[in-house]
Amino acid sequence: MRALIATLSGSLFGLGLLVSGMVDTTRVQGWLDIFGEWDPTLAFVLGGAILPMAIAWRIAEHRRAPLAGGSFPGRPAQKVTSDLAVGSLIFGAGWGLAGLCPGPSLASLTFGGWEGLLFLAAMITGMLLAVPARNLTTLTGLGQR
Amino acid sequence: MINNSYLLGLAGGVLIGLAGTIYLLGNGRILGASGIIGGLIDGSGRSEWRDRLLFIAGLVAAPWLAITWLGLTPTTHITTNPVVIVSAGLLVGVGSRLANGCTSGHGVCGISRLSLRGIAATAFYLLAGGVSVLVFKHILGVI
Repeated sequence: MRALIATLSGSLFGLGLLVSGMVDTTRVQGWLDIFGEWDPTLAFVLGGAILPMAIAWRIAEHRRAPLAGGSFPGRPAQKVTSDLAVGSLIFGAGWGLAGLCPGPSLASLTFGGWEGLLFLAAMITGMLLAVPARNLTTLTGLGQR
Repeated sequence: MINNSYLLGLAGGVLIGLAGTIYLLGNGRILGASGIIGGLIDGSGRSEWRDRLLFIAGLVAAPWLAITWLGLTPTTHITTNPVVIVSAGLLVGVGSRLANGCTSGHGVCGISRLSLRGIAATAFYLLAGGVSVLVFKHILGVI
């Protein structure tokens, strides 16, 4: 059951990223290009995705447990830490530079050529580098402020 | 006339939202691409490796199947400059893991839950993304 849901969810996610244009780097960069020819398409993507998700969160509130068992994710501490801020700023800079974020980098893997593969390899390396980076900010106590 | 890309954006967005819906109501998990991938990469999500791998398999295969069977045209314009690709990939990887989420986890799942962290993260990465395009496209001209 869990395996089926994970496969189905990943497939729908990939299909949505393809149909919406999130895999198109120029569309993403057009959305971020507020000083150039601004492309508002991503607002429709985000709006379309948030709508069912908002309903899903409401349903989850009224249910005891997920269909495949286990429990719903608890509410995380509502604290904007420096790890969150700095990480998001770093992520955003890379997102603007290439027009790709983690989901679309995988969704476009079969048609993205060597460029897509190289991006994925660099992203995975970056994810590995995040481990010592996070340890460092935790050690110094800076990350949680 | 309504721009066709807006309608496709909305339809694709709904599909993304439905993917998040079944992941939450079915498996009780938040759909965050960087978390699902990153948990496999750094071993922090080892206990759920099978679900993560199957999610990624669907994510990679479904667009390919839609292109081959349904005749959907993939459009992407990723740069051919290897320095830009590697720099961007590293930034996306480090940043999304340090922030504990990216466009899907913080943007879609966080905002829809009215999570302060999700909303703040989205504001930060949109700001940085805007500055990034301004600097690298309009000032430096590398993209």
